[in-house]
Amino acid sequence: MRLLFFVILVRPVLLIILGLNMRGREQLPKDGPAIIAANHNSHLDTLTLLALFPLRDLPKLRPVAAADYFMRNKVLAWFALNIIGIIPITRGVSKNPLAPLEEALDRGDILILFPEGSRGEPEKRADFKRGVAYLAKARPGVPVHPVFIYGLGKALPKGSLLLVPFNCDVVAAPAIYWSGEVRAMLDALDNAMHDAATSGHFPSWE
Amino acid sequence: MSDLITLENPVHGALAVIYGVLIFASLIVAVMKRTTPGDQMAELSLRVSSWWFMITVFTFAILIDRVVSTVFLGFISFLAFKEYISLIQTRRVDRLILLFAYLAIPLQFIVAHHGRFGLFMTFIPVWMFLFFPIAMTLTGRTQGFLRAVGTLSWGIMIAVFALSHTAMLLAAGPTFGDLAGPAGGAGLLLFLVALTQFNDVAQFTWGKLFGKRKIAPSVSPKKTWEGFLGGLFTTAALAYVAGPYLTPMNGAWSALAGAIIALSGFLGDITISAFKRDLGVKDSGGLIPGHGGILDRVDSLTYSAPVFYHFLNFFFLSGRIS
Repeated sequence: MRLLFFVILVRPVLLIILGLNMRGREQLPKDGPAIIAANHNSHLDTLTLLALFPLRDLPKLRPVAAADYFMRNKVLAWFALNIIGIIPITRGVSKNPLAPLEEALDRGDILILFPEGSRGEPEKRADFKRGVAYLAKARPGVPVHPVFIYGLGKALPKGSLLLVPFNCDVVAAPAIYWSGEVRAMLDALDNAMHDAATSGHFPSWE
Repeated sequence: MSDLITLENPVHGALAVIYGVLIFASLIVAVMKRTTPGDQMAELSLRVSSWWFMITVFTFAILIDRVVSTVFLGFISFLAFKEYISLIQTRRVDRLILLFAYLAIPLQFIVAHHGRFGLFMTFIPVWMFLFFPIAMTLTGRTQGFLRAVGTLSWGIMIAVFALSHTAMLLAAGPTFGDLAGPAGGAGLLLFLVALTQFNDVAQFTWGKLFGKRKIAPSVSPKKTWEGFLGGLFTTAALAYVAGPYLTPMNGAWSALAGAIIALSGFLGDITISAFKRDLGVKDSGGLIPGHGGILDRVDSLTYSAPVFYHFLNFFFLSGRIS
């Protein structure tokens, strides 16, 4: 079902309506466990990142999403869990919210993380929240792959149901490993994202 | 299939010649790769592979039937327009208007498919031209208005209106009958596209071999007078041979048409170069390996298609010369 959804709907739409310029494909992980850390502008981000990998990797690819948003009604929850294959996490609880993610990494999954937290203003990068660094600290051998996405926020920004065709760019940067300190890890990720964001022609949008 | 594809059909004959040239080019590149390996050869080889792909797709599109061909041409136009819209700076408030601009593409190609000259000539240059500024006015956001309306209008003219002349050439067969020549619309389209692309390659080759005097150093530093004139005469010579089979023109008129295609193709090429240079990008995209984006490939065609169509229309489709 998940496979069918991607083969019949997602990939053709991404290919024709959105057209992808991919750079640094060789930087993407060949196998799990791994963490993809991307900026977040649009619901299309998740689908695009999933489509970057070969179909046989699909069962291993697990987007991480907020439970309060995606589990708010039954239909959405079913779609998010079974078709997109998300791991829901609960924000702001006292016990370790990263536990399900650590388990997934132990199983060898590839997690897709949006450390900015929410989609925010289209085509504007926000700082990564600390969760991604804590996850790297908990599983120090796991590579974190910074991925910069441009253009999807124009095609389908937050708050819009209207999909307008735009080419999108995806830039994958070399993996970063746990460096022993949370702040240093976040800085390294931020530098990698900044380099990717300034490596091409990505006009601003207002 | 053997009944359908015969060398007596001039379009099939011309396609056979094109494949012959492609095989020859592949052989040369394969040999040169052995003798002088390097980055430049790798790029050339990538380019030739992309030519195989593009020519094969074009062949299928043009052979199956006219609806498929027109849909294919419309799709190329869509890709070119999308590439343009993605490169330029757009305003968030204009998203809906951009969607309307996209919808104009199928409409323009449907009008072209039916050969409705009047509507074809007015839909984008008059109606869309008037619609975009008023729609943007009604959004209420005047900041960046002139830039938004100017860039959108130019983009749709170049990527949609200009390129849709290819579909008008295809429609010339059923619309004008014998006036469209012995090979109908497909012959006219093949004449235009093959000569435009041939001219690109010929200019490049002449320029590489003998290029000295630069034509437009600030826009396109690799373009030289030697390359341009070499390409122009070679293209005119090829047109002299191919024209009588594919078009209603005799040898001399065909050679003139070939020279016009070479000149306008060159102008289209440097115009798109100026646009890319303004934005600070080298290629318009990464769609075609070794070539760049779709706009990089159809840059010459954005000028040669309308110029050739109106040349042909004025002298031949009108029946002034027959």
